[in-house]
Parts: sequence; C-alpha cells; structure tokens
Amino acid sequence: MNPAATIVLSALAIGLGGVAWRISRWFTLRIGPEHRERPGVSLVAQALGAVGRSMSSRRLAGLFKSIVWEVLLQGHVFRQDWRRGAVHLALCYGMLYLVIFHALDDFTSTALWGEYAPTLNPWRFVRNLCGLLILAAAAIAVRRRRSAPLLRRTRSSADRLAIALLAAMVLSGIVLESRQITSPAVFDAMVDDYLFDAEPDEIEALRTYWQVELGGAGPIRPRIEADARQYGKELHTGFCAACHDHPRSAFLSYPLAKLWKPLDGIRRGPGSDTALWYVHFITACLGLALLPFTKFFHLVATPVSLLVRSTGSAAASPAELRPVRRALGLDACTHCGVCNQHCAVAIVYRVNANPAILPSEKLAALRHGVSALTLGQSAALAEGSFICTACGRCTAWCPSGIDLQDLWQASRDDLARQGLAPLAGPDPIRKADPPPAPLAPLADEVRPFTLGAPQPPETFWACVQCTICTSVCPVVAVSDNPHLDLDLTPQQIMNMLRLQLRELALDARMVWDCVTCYQCQEHCPQGIRVTDILHELRHESHRRRQAAACASSAADDHCAERMP
Amino acid sequence: MTTGRYLYFPGCKLEPLLPRYDRSVRRIMAALGVELVARELNCCGYPFRDQDPFAAVLAAGRNLALAAREGLALMTPCQCCFGQLKQADDWLRRRKDLRRGVNAVLREEGLVWEAGIGVFDLLQVLGADVGPDKIRDHIRRPLEGLNVAAHYGCHALRPSRVTRFDNPLAPTLLENLVEATGARAIDWPLRLECCGHPLRGKNDRLADKLLLRKIEDAREAGAHVLATACTFCQIQFGRANGQKTGRAGDAPPPQAVLYSQILERAMGLLDTDWGS
Repeated sequence: MNPAATIVLSALAIGLGGVAWRISRWFTLRIGPEHRERPGVSLVAQALGAVGRSMSSRRLAGLFKSIVWEVLLQGHVFRQDWRRGAVHLALCYGMLYLVIFHALDDFTSTALWGEYAPTLNPWRFVRNLCGLLILAAAAIAVRRRRSAPLLRRTRSSADRLAIALLAAMVLSGIVLESRQITSPAVFDAMVDDYLFDAEPDEIEALRTYWQVELGGAGPIRPRIEADARQYGKELHTGFCAACHDHPRSAFLSYPLAKLWKPLDGIRRGPGSDTALWYVHFITACLGLALLPFTKFFHLVATPVSLLVRSTGSAAASPAELRPVRRALGLDACTHCGVCNQHCAVAIVYRVNANPAILPSEKLAALRHGVSALTLGQSAALAEGSFICTACGRCTAWCPSGIDLQDLWQASRDDLARQGLAPLAGPDPIRKADPPPAPLAPLADEVRPFTLGAPQPPETFWACVQCTICTSVCPVVAVSDNPHLDLDLTPQQIMNMLRLQLRELALDARMVWDCVTCYQCQEHCPQGIRVTDILHELRHESHRRRQAAACASSAADDHCAERMP
Repeated sequence: MTTGRYLYFPGCKLEPLLPRYDRSVRRIMAALGVELVARELNCCGYPFRDQDPFAAVLAAGRNLALAAREGLALMTPCQCCFGQLKQADDWLRRRKDLRRGVNAVLREEGLVWEAGIGVFDLLQVLGADVGPDKIRDHIRRPLEGLNVAAHYGCHALRPSRVTRFDNPLAPTLLENLVEATGARAIDWPLRLECCGHPLRGKNDRLADKLLLRKIEDAREAGAHVLATACTFCQIQFGRANGQKTGRAGDAPPPQAVLYSQILERAMGLLDTDWGS
C-alpha cells in the first residue's frame, strides 16, 4: 500500500472509531438521578424506539422543519445575529464543498462531471472561493472571541485548536496550489505524461509559453522568438488546455505563485511540490482523525441535538432517555458563548472569577459527569449551580438546542448526592470544634464590602434585650420549642454579638431558618438592623466554607484569585 | 410618579414558573394604558445576596443603570426583586465605597449607577400611577361577594425605611386595590406575616408550617381567595391550592390567586380558571 493510502485509511479509522466512541458515551455517561443501574445497550434500543415513534407521529412535521430550517439553513444561528449566521453558513458550506468535491473528487466530481479537472474552471475558482470564505469566517470568529470581554475570558484551547486546524487545512492548500502553478518539476512531469514523444524544441517552446503567459517558473531562455511562442501556444491548446485554464482564476494561489518565481531562478529544487502536497494531505487527514476529539464533533452531535429538541423538552421525554439527551447536549455544545451573553447572573462573573457561574463553563465542567470532579472542582461547580436562578434564558437561546435547564437540574441533583446542597444550616464540621479563640481584628477578615456585621460591638450596645425582635419573629412563633429548633432567638443572637461571641451566633440554626421577613428589623425600637445582620452572618459562613473548600484544592486557580 | 411608562422587570422566575403572572400583568397594564418596555435585564441579585453581597448589589445596580440609560423607572411584579432593587439602591446611595466599586465594574460596559432611578412595585403603579378610580372605571365584571385576604410580600413592606412601599404596620394599598374590583377585602390577623417561601428547599417543614398557619388564619377570617402580588408568595401559597386543610366540616381553605389575575378577571379579560 502506498503511504498516502496508509495515512488516509488510518485517519479514517481513527475518525470513525472516535465518532463511535463519542456516540457510545451518550449511552454510558450518567448525569442526573434517573435509572442509574440501567445498562447502556437497552438504552440504545429505547432511544431508537423513541426516534421511531417520533417518525411515525405528528411530530414528523416539526422534525422536517427542524431538518430544513435548523440543520440545513442553520436558522438557529441566524436567530442570534444574521451576521453570525452568514459567517457560520459560509464556513459550513465552504468546508462541506471542499470535503465532498475537492478532497473526495475521485469519487464525486469526476463521476458527476465528465470534463472535471481540478485545474479547470469553475472548479478552480470555486475552490479558491471556498478557501476565502473559510479563512474570512475563521478571522471573524477570532475577532469576535477577542473583542467581546466575556468571550475573551472564556476562550479555551479547544476553540483555538479548531480555528488553527481549519486555517492550516486551507492555507496549506493555497500554498500547494501556488507551488503547483509555478513548479518546473510539475511541468516536466506533465510533459513526460502527455507529450512523451515531443521534440526538445517543442517542449522548450511550450515551456516558454508556460513561463511567459501562465506564471511558470525557471530561467527563461534567451532570444524568444515570436513564432516559437506562437508554436508553444498551439501546443498548449492542443495538449494542455483541455485540463488547464489560465491560473489567474485561482485568485488566492496565483498572486502567491509570483512569490515562488525568484526562488526558482536560483535553484530548481525538485520535490518541493510533493512535500507541500504531503503537508496539505496530512493536515486534511489530521482534521479527519481529530474530528471526534475536537469541537468539530459538533458536526455530528449538534444536528442530532437540534432534531431531538424539535421533539420537545427533556422533561417531556421518557425518564430513561433524559441522561442520553444530557450527554448528547454536552457534545452538541460548540462553546459559542451565546448562553453567557443572555445569562441573568453572568454579571457575578465580573467580580467572582469562578468560571462555573457561566452556563458554557458549567457545561464544560460536566463533560465527564459530576463524579469525575475533584473536591475543589465540585465546590466551584456547586457555587455556580446555586447562583444560577434557573431563569431558562440559556436554554431559550442555545443555538445547539441543548436543554440546559434540564442539565442544571440534573447536575444539582448529582451535586446534592455528593453532599453539596445550598447551605441551609450551620457548618456541621465547625460544630464539633472546640470553643473558638478570641476573634482576630475584624478589618483583616472582611471583604471590602459588608452591609452590617461583622460590626464593632458598639453597634449592639443600643440593644436593650427587650425581646421585641423575638416576639415578632414568625419562625419563633411556629416553633414548638425555639431553643431546641433554633438554638438561639434573634434577640439572643444580638446579645451574642454584643458580647463578641460571634462564633456562637454563627452556629445558631436561627441564622439559617430566618425567613428574612424583616419583622425584627422593622420593629426594633433601637434601630438595630437585625435581619441585615443575620444575612451578614450567613455570608460569613458561606465565605468561610468556600475558603475551606479552596484550601483543600489549591490547584483551582479561581480560588487563588478570589480569596484575600 | 405619573409616568405611564416603565422598564418592565419580570424577574428570573416569572416566565419559567408563573407564565400566567407575566401574561396577566401585560394584559392589565395594556388595558390601563401603562406601557411596559421590555429589555433583557439580569438577575436582581436577591438569590445570591448571602453568597456574595457585593455581586448582589452589582447585579441590582446594573439593572438600575440600564433603566437610567433608557430614561425609565423600573416596575416589577416580584416583591423580592423589588426589595432587592430598593435595598441595593439604598446601599449605593449611602455608601461611597460600594458605589465606587459597582460603578468601576459597570463603566466597562458604559453604564453608571446614579441616585434617583425610580423602582416601583406593580401594586404601587396600580395604586398611585393608575389609581383605584381609574381601575374602577375599567371593571366590567365586579367580583361582588368575593372575600379576599390581601397578602403583602415581606420584601415590599419591610424594611420600610428602604422600600417606602406603604405604612409597614397598617398598609392599605392592596386592600384598596382589591376593593376596586368589587370584592371585599377582609381583615385577618396574620396578613403581614411571611409566606415561608424563603425556607423552601432549605427547611421544608418550617416552610410548610408558616404556609399552613397563614392559610388557616385566612380561612378562619372567611376568605374565599388569598390575593398575592409576588412571584415567590404565589409559588408558595400555590402549593396549598386544592388541598384540604383544617378539620372536617370547616370551610374550604382560600385559593391563592395573583392580584393581577383577580383584576384581570374583574376587567373582563380572563374567562378561564384562575390557575391557567
């Protein structure tokens, strides 16, 4: 087997194997609480059954609309912004053309068009046009990622790799074509193949015509006579023109070809075009082999996701299939960042460097399931998950049709099973600690912004322990035994703070069972901001536990940025 | 506050959890000639106030700055959002360090918080901007014979120094609006108490206790309907809808209904059941 065939077959094997492996993960990756013991194989059967049912039902119209409007015309991208839609469409169809009619031209173009030759128009022109479209789209994509602050901060190596691969494939092709236009070695090989019985002076006449008129390289023979050029032209028309148009239609490669000329004047190095051919060929094969392992896998996953989405939300699909939809959703994400632009809490990311606040990064953290995360990563994901308000805008906008709402709900469940739930009580670990040491100076501990507590004890001197705050508290009112249920009543907490026993106040259930109705604060005759202070105590507990989680995993860089 | 035009702040939970609230607010406002301007706003900050108070004020401040850029006051049908926006506005007015920090972040996108941006609750707009008289003019089907227990959301009423909503000890705003529909606003002892929603998911037992205590109180006072005006209060009371409470032979517990829907029904804009 020749080396090229070996390379392409290996790339194909890796690519297909990778795709099969990624698809198999849709049925094995477990996210969410449903049917955790169910084997993957029966899930595949279930999924196929669901697909079959949707084919036979009224949903067929929706499915058809989705195929035409979303998969073929990419209306979901146009919905965000028509310019992005145009760019994506250019990229997608430019690449599709090159793969089908250029890379696989032996099977497609030759069979479709009898007179096809890659060096004839319109094919040569269209090939260059597609290259231009792809390069322009890649440049616009890079600019977009650089210019929007949120996108810039979330740029990942996967984004860069995808763009780099695309650019490498196209650029290597352009360089190769430019070399082929000028290469004397290519000229000689063509003459050997098609004018094998020609006389030397015929060949020289043709070469001169090629050099002068068609951009060929190499030292031009002196004393070119007009009739020799005329003879060269006749030979070109007779033997070459059927497969070779004037190369100027290769509007990207032809200008570049001029750069090769001076080099050929010095050294007629044979083999450079073969080397460049291998560069282009291997780059393209690399793209094929890496398809399942890069963002390009969205070519497979996103259309499937859009079709699945057209059949309804995840909540409406059978419980066993929801984990499949979630895993599919993870693969369908193109990291485009549209979710972040519409996220109701993305603003928090401006002052809290935890990327898991943003939908796209939360999804990335889930790539291998919650159980694959380290303690620190889980804590970061939990923080982001609990700040999320489940407003549903990410799902409404996602151009890949991922039911993000369902994914967040499921990952919260998974986090809860790992013991990471929203804070609802005093820290159980700290409860067992010995009585705390006297407090360090307050100023060192607090963030630049606090609302009420921790405050100097003078704040509470006004408290006369009149118990009005406790009397008006609805939580105290419904408690059968406040001391057992709540540890301390509001007025007792204020007293603890007055006595500088803040650790005791922090450990009280009352802090966490407060409904923040502001009855106590409204009624305090001394103007103490009782509710604000309870909020403040919860915040302090949050902060301490976050610091503890970060301390246990110093590897998470966002911890280092956030902790004072 | 007679503007007739507001930047509409539905809050995150309205569309996913109570789409009928959103629908009814838009309908009654359109019928009463109040224009609601829709823009994509972010979370008010209330849900993560304990995790990150600075981020919570920043989130509220961004919404206020967006309203300022539009030259509009904010109007929200969620009293938790209302409370948080008012609180943040108050803190930003009082605290220079906070103002500087928030504006430093907002300036990156050309926004700035300044004092004087109006924040109003749905009931305030109905009670003061529109007014009970104008509402009465729009009533097509007076709800005569309907006893309504008006429930005030805590975060609108208190802290009154900040929210400036109504008299925190004896509010009348919602009762007046209920009476404008032809229904009777009944007096009930626990009308100013918390619905219990803030503990939902954190201490469900306690959240249920607070909920049932209020429902029972409204039932004993003879309420047919318990009127809410906050997304979270309605979600909380809605849990008890259709459930039997109290002893056998007691009157059925009042159904929790959004005030916007009560008004919608009285204005002849709603023919279906309350809950749909």
